[in-house]
Amino acid sequence: MHLDRNAEIELRLLIEAIYLKYSYDFRDYSGASVKRRVAHALRQFDCSTISALQERVLHDPAAFMQLLQILTIPVSEMFRDPSHFLAIRQEVVPLLRTYPSIKVWIAGCSTGEEVYSMAILLREEGLLERTIIYATDINPSSLEKAKQGIFSMENLRAYTENYRKSGGLRDFTDYYTSAYDYAIFDKTLRENVTFADHSLATDSVFSETQLISCRNVLIYFNKKLQDRAFGLFHDSLCHRGFLALGSKETLEFSAYGTAFETLVKPERIYRKS
Amino acid sequence: MKTTFAGASADDVLPVVDAIVVGASAGGVEALLKIFSCLRPGFGLPILVVLHLPDDRRSQLAHVFQSRLPFPVKEADDKESIVPGTLYFAPSGYHLSVETDRTLSLSQEDRVFYSRPSIDILFDSASDAYGERLAGVLLTGANNDGAQGLLQIKHYKGFTVIQDPRQAQASTMPEAALALHSPDYLLSLNEIGPLLAELERIAC
Repeated sequence: MHLDRNAEIELRLLIEAIYLKYSYDFRDYSGASVKRRVAHALRQFDCSTISALQERVLHDPAAFMQLLQILTIPVSEMFRDPSHFLAIRQEVVPLLRTYPSIKVWIAGCSTGEEVYSMAILLREEGLLERTIIYATDINPSSLEKAKQGIFSMENLRAYTENYRKSGGLRDFTDYYTSAYDYAIFDKTLRENVTFADHSLATDSVFSETQLISCRNVLIYFNKKLQDRAFGLFHDSLCHRGFLALGSKETLEFSAYGTAFETLVKPERIYRKS
Repeated sequence: MKTTFAGASADDVLPVVDAIVVGASAGGVEALLKIFSCLRPGFGLPILVVLHLPDDRRSQLAHVFQSRLPFPVKEADDKESIVPGTLYFAPSGYHLSVETDRTLSLSQEDRVFYSRPSIDILFDSASDAYGERLAGVLLTGANNDGAQGLLQIKHYKGFTVIQDPRQAQASTMPEAALALHSPDYLLSLNEIGPLLAELERIAC
């Protein structure tokens, strides 16, 4: 450990203070990324030490909410990795179809891009009406944005291209109306979506599900916390349920490696054994 | 700052390092192939590389290098342990970090100098993990990524090498690094390869 000794101690204390005061648990997040985000927060808050930042957020919940925006990473896009959504459509949907009612959990849904992508896919496959989607995240302001379904027009060209490559059946403009620089997504897409505050680090399973999608969330966790999350997914999924991960995430080396089989390896889609 | 490397001699006393990190951008594929082709089978240090490439997640980089090099080459996986003698590439679209337990991690934070993966992020995290036992090499490139990270390696008393900008395909990146600190060596590609081979000989 060559990280400056004081900064190393202060960082641990900050994370502990956040947990004790606000119950947000970053203790088992990957250290290098947390350290960078705290360094970024020091500049944003104009604090010269992590201790100063700690004092600030401990006594000022509004400041903590600001820090939470920096600590969680709202980087997302619609139909991210189009081939992944194509594989969901081709390999998972035919099997989902066999269930009379379907529950899907989007874990770590951030600002909702993955949620609307999944809802569009399920609608095109005629499944959305009998599906309940649980969209969860630890960041309340991300969840608030997700509920709005309003995305910057700037990204829509890329999303449209992703949608097309993902096997989209319609014109992407069918799903939103443009208003100035924003695309407002069809609110009927979220009629069956329940947005909820849920932490993979501290909360437990809340429902049986047939499909869980958790993409580019687990890379921010250490192995121990990854295993906790896989445990929740395993408990929540029905017999032979599906788990979809991000393009660089894998179950293989986890404690649950043998509890799932690989359905589409390059797309990181697994099925409970 | 030395500007030549003549091989193992009294003038060139190299430190013992546990890992080598390398950053490159425009012109980087050729530059990397050139320096790594000097390394023999059984090379015993881990090498971690960030090469800027357009986002295409199934990058062929590892395959291209594996077909030309006599030691294991792979795209870095999240949470994998670093195996000595292996060359790791950051996957495109993800930042690559070294954790303090010397495992690798991936992330999708904001781009640094429009780049993800970022050289600064690899260098910075690797210097936290390895401290003075790290060699950082910055090669050709057309932006400023890596300059700050290389300075950080030097700040932790690691060993730094910059490609001579006059001989680089794109000089911006080595020039930006030179503007921040004076490295241990400023060399042409022809000399960087043998230097890495010698670093390994001393360490292993």
